[in-house]
Amino acid sequence: MRRTRASIVALVVLSLAACSTDQPATGPSGAPSATGAGTGEQSKFFVQADYDAELAMLGATATGPADKPWEQVLNPKMVETTKFKKKGPHKICFSNAALNNPWRQVGFKTMQAEVETHRDQISEFVHVDAEGKDQKQIADINDLLGKGCDALIVSPNTTATLTPAVEAACRTGIPVVVFDRGVETTCPVTYINPIGGYGFGHVGAEFVAQKMKPGGKVLALRILPGVDVLETRWSAAKLVFDRAKVDVVGVEFTDGDPAKTKKIVDDYLQRHGTIDGIWMDAGAVAVAAVEAFQDAGKPVPPINGEDQLDFLRMWKDKGLTAIAPTYPTYQWRTPIIAALRILDGKPVSDPWKLPQPTITQENLGDYLDPAMPPLHYAMCGCTGLPGYPQRWK
Amino acid sequence: MTTGDTLLRRLPRVRAGGLLPILVILGVLLILVAIRQPGFLAPGSLMSFLGRSAPIILLAAGQYFVIVSGEFDLSVGSLVTAQVVIAARLIDGEPDRTWPVVALVIVSSAFVGLVNGVITTWLRVPSFITTLGMLLILVGAVYFWSDGSPKGELSEQFRRFGRRAFEDVPVFGRVPYALLVVLVLALLAIVLMRSDFGRTLVAVGDSPRAAELSGVRVARTRTIAFVLSGVAAGVAAILLGGYSGVSFQAGSGLEFSAITAVVLGGVALGGGRGAVLGAMLGALTLELLFALMNFSGVSGTVRPAVQGAIILLAVAVSAARSPSD
Amino acid sequence: MSAQSLLAARRPVPGVYLALVLTVAIGWLVVMLRGGALFNQATMVSLLHVAAGLGLVAVGQTLVILGGSLDLSVAYVVSLSTLVAAETMNGSDTALVPGVLLALAVSAGIGLLNGLLIARFRINAFIATLGVGLLLKGYLDSNYDGPAGATSPSLVQSLGYQRIGPVPVSFLLLLVAAVAAGLALNRTRFGHHLLAVGGDAEVARLSGVRNQRVLVTAHVLCSLCAGLAGVYLAARLGSGAPRVGTEGIYDLESIAAVVIGGTALAGGRGGVAGTVGGVLLLASIDAIFNQLEVDSFAKQVVRGVIIIAAVAVYARRTIRKGRS
Repeated sequence: MRRTRASIVALVVLSLAACSTDQPATGPSGAPSATGAGTGEQSKFFVQADYDAELAMLGATATGPADKPWEQVLNPKMVETTKFKKKGPHKICFSNAALNNPWRQVGFKTMQAEVETHRDQISEFVHVDAEGKDQKQIADINDLLGKGCDALIVSPNTTATLTPAVEAACRTGIPVVVFDRGVETTCPVTYINPIGGYGFGHVGAEFVAQKMKPGGKVLALRILPGVDVLETRWSAAKLVFDRAKVDVVGVEFTDGDPAKTKKIVDDYLQRHGTIDGIWMDAGAVAVAAVEAFQDAGKPVPPINGEDQLDFLRMWKDKGLTAIAPTYPTYQWRTPIIAALRILDGKPVSDPWKLPQPTITQENLGDYLDPAMPPLHYAMCGCTGLPGYPQRWK
Repeated sequence: MTTGDTLLRRLPRVRAGGLLPILVILGVLLILVAIRQPGFLAPGSLMSFLGRSAPIILLAAGQYFVIVSGEFDLSVGSLVTAQVVIAARLIDGEPDRTWPVVALVIVSSAFVGLVNGVITTWLRVPSFITTLGMLLILVGAVYFWSDGSPKGELSEQFRRFGRRAFEDVPVFGRVPYALLVVLVLALLAIVLMRSDFGRTLVAVGDSPRAAELSGVRVARTRTIAFVLSGVAAGVAAILLGGYSGVSFQAGSGLEFSAITAVVLGGVALGGGRGAVLGAMLGALTLELLFALMNFSGVSGTVRPAVQGAIILLAVAVSAARSPSD
Repeated sequence: MSAQSLLAARRPVPGVYLALVLTVAIGWLVVMLRGGALFNQATMVSLLHVAAGLGLVAVGQTLVILGGSLDLSVAYVVSLSTLVAAETMNGSDTALVPGVLLALAVSAGIGLLNGLLIARFRINAFIATLGVGLLLKGYLDSNYDGPAGATSPSLVQSLGYQRIGPVPVSFLLLLVAAVAAGLALNRTRFGHHLLAVGGDAEVARLSGVRNQRVLVTAHVLCSLCAGLAGVYLAARLGSGAPRVGTEGIYDLESIAAVVIGGTALAGGRGGVAGTVGGVLLLASIDAIFNQLEVDSFAKQVVRGVIIIAAVAVYARRTIRKGRS
């Protein structure tokens, strides 16, 4: 008796789990019947003005030395910094959100190399790793403020939650430079980052939507829900896909796990027969996605990755139809340069918007460096720095 | 060991009745998948599915040995990650290094299991803590060693175990190498559990004191269970590295998946009850659930909730079925 | 079961404080030799803040572990609590009290669910709280794509940033919670029963303890502590953060702090004083490694070794005591 009842309950729940999914409300898997935006509601973090500004910047020309994109600025707005002028050499402190992925590793090594080129001006470079924890980074910043730093560089773990800590740092009077993710305050002397997530998501989605057959099926592969920088990428891509009337058959989270990625792609291939385009919010599992098509014996559709070398090599070897928008790791050089300029009393741009190049079929060859490891990011701007290439291997 | 023998004779064989719930759940899931995606049951795609599920099935089997003996192994996920990353760096794309590295992965995984076992049994550290510490040590050490970003490359020869198959096999369509590996090891595991060692292992988990009193070497038996779990993780690392390539995410969270699979398979945490076949079927069920969610387009963000609800329900049902605590 | 044998389960202040003093002394020496100072005011404040968040969760975790249970859902409870608090407050001081109360009530509800699944439905605590954690993760992932809500400014100012000398208010909150939990364990019938259930559930039941009720209460208290940690983090971060609990690895870290503090994972032995020591030890290691700028991966290895070594030391002591 008990047994049957238990089995019935189990059955009901299992069927609920399977059936509830037929309703369009349960997922963005885009029942084509849904009216209007096929990809569902826009994220509440979407800001139209920022989006428009970023898209406009994609076509803008940067000022600054042509061969040094990390010193270039888009739409410069210079600010006075004479009040921070100080005699060197300086102690520069850096509160880092995390070092837990190859992008941040490549970036941080680039930053360390940049510090080395300024040995005469920097007497000490203090680095604290918050290990991806907001509360540790808040404590770290507070801790650094007691150490007599001449300038503080912050790469925030989360925009909203690190704002009070950065404000507290500004109040001590030392120059604060923020890069990568921003904060919700203008108190830092400058905020450095490339064009941004909307630009990234837009470039990839435009390419995929244009290269695939009209009205085809796109699978969007995302890393994690709830990460601000990744949300902006997806919200820009949504707009493109909705406008192009592309059928987004699925939006899946891979956790950056290649095995999970392959399983998802494999199952979608079975379910839909063909997939005509792959859009990704980050390149980490691009190679796994391509492999899933190869292993299933299907042609690889138009896809976007990032500037990681394993993807670029596969792109060249297999002749993929691909594009690689980048979130360049060379931005890790800029905060050091900016901090030193500020301590020299020279004006800097705030915000300091860096160009965000895209790797295409035409310039792919320029970024394929056979000497570097597969997970290296090609857009590091590090080839001329001390210790290249050994430091990045 | 005469006293031990009498004890073993008095102990019931591994109770096969515990398999019924998992078979029911698996059956229901299969029917749902078949309705949703009829093509899934075609030999070719079914074989591919079994092949890609091989690593988690192996991990569940390994975890079973440890759990049925009354312990836990939280270190398997990070062991998989560590081995994949180490293998890539050692092979560095050179085909010649494939076999030595395969051997090294299995031997060193067994060694990690041995260390877990020795710390747990000799130093009397609860296995939850031993293997939690080992998890931190392995992940920290391998990140430290590779400077935060995996280096090198797996050779195609290494990757074929987890990625390639015998193609154009009559009836089956294709037979992934990983499927053969898992079949052979599953058979070995079942045979092992029917041997004296298997019964000793269950006896140790059921009541270590009673087993000790009847002459079973509890510490040694449990240590062997940890070694088996380590070896299973090593083989899983080879298959998983082959399937998907190098990454720090290779094994993340697999310890929880393996424990969940084992419990779904009707094995009691705390030891002494359940069958290795159940544990492996539990793993297969979990994988089938993920496939079903892919086929039916459940939103990625609600998937954890669906998974959590099904686990809780399945375990509550089997807990209600068993009269004793 | 006599009161005598119940009380014997208590132990004196554990050796974790000795380890803490040694660690700090060695760290201080090493940092000094490298020309730095381990404890200026800023470092001290940072350390105590980190300890406060983890400590609140760990105090709750101590209670369930003493009862022979475990809670793997705390990380998600922490995240959820920050969101409930911050969204209810929505940046206004008038909603401060309702926000805190609602966050605590939601947390307590989850604790009740955990407790019922474990005590009434007899699901193993590991699986039950893992499952509830997944349910919460599903809820958080589907409803939040980033930080949300705004914490009352006065709470941010008081609980988040106010301090008395080098001691943040939040650390005082931890001490209050720890003392309350300690009193509950040592001076109340609930505490004695909890230790009895953790020591031997069957014996406890036979001697008239209502095991189910005791375990459910412990789980509610554990989740309340996690909820309180969430309120503190909402004050610290200024808003609700859907990933703050998992990023902080509060589930495994709190368990680690508890066992380093000398509480037996099997239940029945230990106490909150040790847990606070364990939390301080983990936070001190953090602070020392920060000063030395040691790679965080190396730190993880050290943490792993310390966790195992600490428990091995306790295990040796228990064996010796058992023999004498």
